[in-house]
Amino acid sequence: MLRTSLVFAALGVSTVAMADAPLPDRQMALTHMVRQECGSCHGMSLQGGLGPSLLPAALAEKSLEGLTATIYAGRPGTAMPPWQRFLNEAEAQWIVEQLMKGFPE
Amino acid sequence: MKTPLFIRRLILAMAACTLVACTTMSPRGTGDLALIIERTSGHVTLASTTSAQPYARIGGLGDLSHASAVYSRDGRYAYVFGRDGGLSKIDMLTGTLVKRVIQSGNAIGGSISQDGRLVVVQNYTPGGIKAFDAETLELLSNVPASYGDGQFSKVVGLADAPGNKFAYALFDAGEIRVTDFSDPRQPVTSRYPAGNQPYDGLVTPDGRHFLAGLFGEDGIALLDLWQPEKGSRKILENYGRGEAKLPVFKMPHLRGWSVAQGKAYLPAIGRHEVLVVDVATWREVGRIPVRGQPVFVMARPDGRQVWVNFAFPDYGMVDVIDTLSGQVAHRIEPGKGILHMEFTPRGEQVWMSARDDHKILIYNTETVAPIGEIKADAPSGIFFSSRAHRIGF
Repeated sequence: MLRTSLVFAALGVSTVAMADAPLPDRQMALTHMVRQECGSCHGMSLQGGLGPSLLPAALAEKSLEGLTATIYAGRPGTAMPPWQRFLNEAEAQWIVEQLMKGFPE
Repeated sequence: MKTPLFIRRLILAMAACTLVACTTMSPRGTGDLALIIERTSGHVTLASTTSAQPYARIGGLGDLSHASAVYSRDGRYAYVFGRDGGLSKIDMLTGTLVKRVIQSGNAIGGSISQDGRLVVVQNYTPGGIKAFDAETLELLSNVPASYGDGQFSKVVGLADAPGNKFAYALFDAGEIRVTDFSDPRQPVTSRYPAGNQPYDGLVTPDGRHFLAGLFGEDGIALLDLWQPEKGSRKILENYGRGEAKLPVFKMPHLRGWSVAQGKAYLPAIGRHEVLVVDVATWREVGRIPVRGQPVFVMARPDGRQVWVNFAFPDYGMVDVIDTLSGQVAHRIEPGKGILHMEFTPRGEQVWMSARDDHKILIYNTETVAPIGEIKADAPSGIFFSSRAHRIGF
C-alpha cells in the first residue's frame, strides 16, 4: 500500500482519488443501495426527483471531494442525510466515481 | 374496405381474453381488484383480493420507481403515474394497456377528479400539474407551479377535493395551491403559504381539510377547504422541541388513510414517533414511539388499528398501533424492504410489498399473522380498486 502510494505520489496523482475500490460483493451491495435507497429521492434511474439528478452530465462541474463529503456527511439545510452509518469515505468516493462515469445497473 | 369499428373492438377483446387466459371468464365486478407496481422492471401485476391470486401482468410501463395509481369511478381503469412522466391507462378487466402517454420529464403521482372525468398529474420537471381527459388522455390544461422570479417548484401532495378541485403543495416555494378545474380548460388557482419544504399532502376523508407535511421545519400546514378565505395555518408547531433531528433516509407519505376515530396519525420528521392530532381542534393529543422513521402511517378502514412502516434501514419492521390504548400492540418483521401497505376495503387483510423478498405478503389484521403471498418482481406500491370511491385519492 505504501509503495502504491509512493508510486501515485511520484506520478502526481492524489492517493485519495485512487483509494482501493470496494470488493466485488460490496460493490454489488453499494450499487443496490444507490439504485434503491438513494433512488427514493433521486430516482431509480438517477435522473432526479425530490433530490437532484445524479447523471454524469449533472455532476460534470462538481468536485469529487465535495460530492463524497455530501454522501458521507449529508448536507445540512437540505433533505440529504449523512450515510456514514452505512459506508466509509472510500466507499462514498467509489459511488461518486461510478456516478460520474455512468452508474452500473 | 375498413373493418367496422365494433368488429375491430371484438377482435381486440378476444385477443386480450387469450392473453389473460379467460376461457372461463364470466362477467365480473371490479370492487376487489389490485394493481401491484413492480418498480425495477416496468411491470404491473393485477390480482384479485378475493382469490388472492394474480390474473395478469403488463410490461413496458417505463420507470416505475415511486409509481402510483388511481382508479376510474367504475373501478375498471387504473391510471398509473410513472417516475419518467409516463401516464398509462390500464383496463383491469381485460388486463391490457389501453393507452400510454409521456406527459412530462419527471412525475411523482396524480389524482382523479370528483366526477371522474379528469386525471391530474403532479410533476417535478417541469414543476406543475397537468389535467388530462380520463377517457382519451388528451391534455386539457397545464398549470405551471411558477413562483418567485420565473422559477418552477416541484409539486408534492396532490389530492382531489370536492368541486373538481385539487390541492397540492410546492416543495421549493413553500406554498399550498388549490386549482379549480370546474372548467377544465380554464383552471383557476389560489395560493396559500405553507412553510419550509412541504414534502407531501393529504385531503381528509370528508374532503374538508388539506394538510401539507413540512420537512424543513417542525409542523404541518393546514387549509380548511370549506373556508379557504380564512387562509392556511400551522399545526403541531415545534413538535421536535428544538431537539436535533435524526437523519431521514426516505420521505414519509401522507394520504387520507391517516385519519381514524376523529384523530389524525401523522409521521414525525426526524423522530421515531407517530404524532396524534384531534381533527376537531387540530391540537396534538399524543405521540406514540415507534421503531424507526415512519413512512406510511395507515389506519385500518375501521380505525381500530394503525399500521406503520419505516424508512431504510428499518424497513424490515412494521409496528401496529391499537388506537384504543394508543400504544403499539404488535411489532412484526414481515420481510425485507417493506415499502407499502394496502388494506382490503373492510380491513380484514393487509397486503404488504416486500421489495427484496420479491413478494406481496398478505396478513390477517386481527391475528397479525401471514395468510398468503403473491410473487412480484421488486414490488413497491399496491393499489386496490376500492380507492375508486374515496375522496382525496
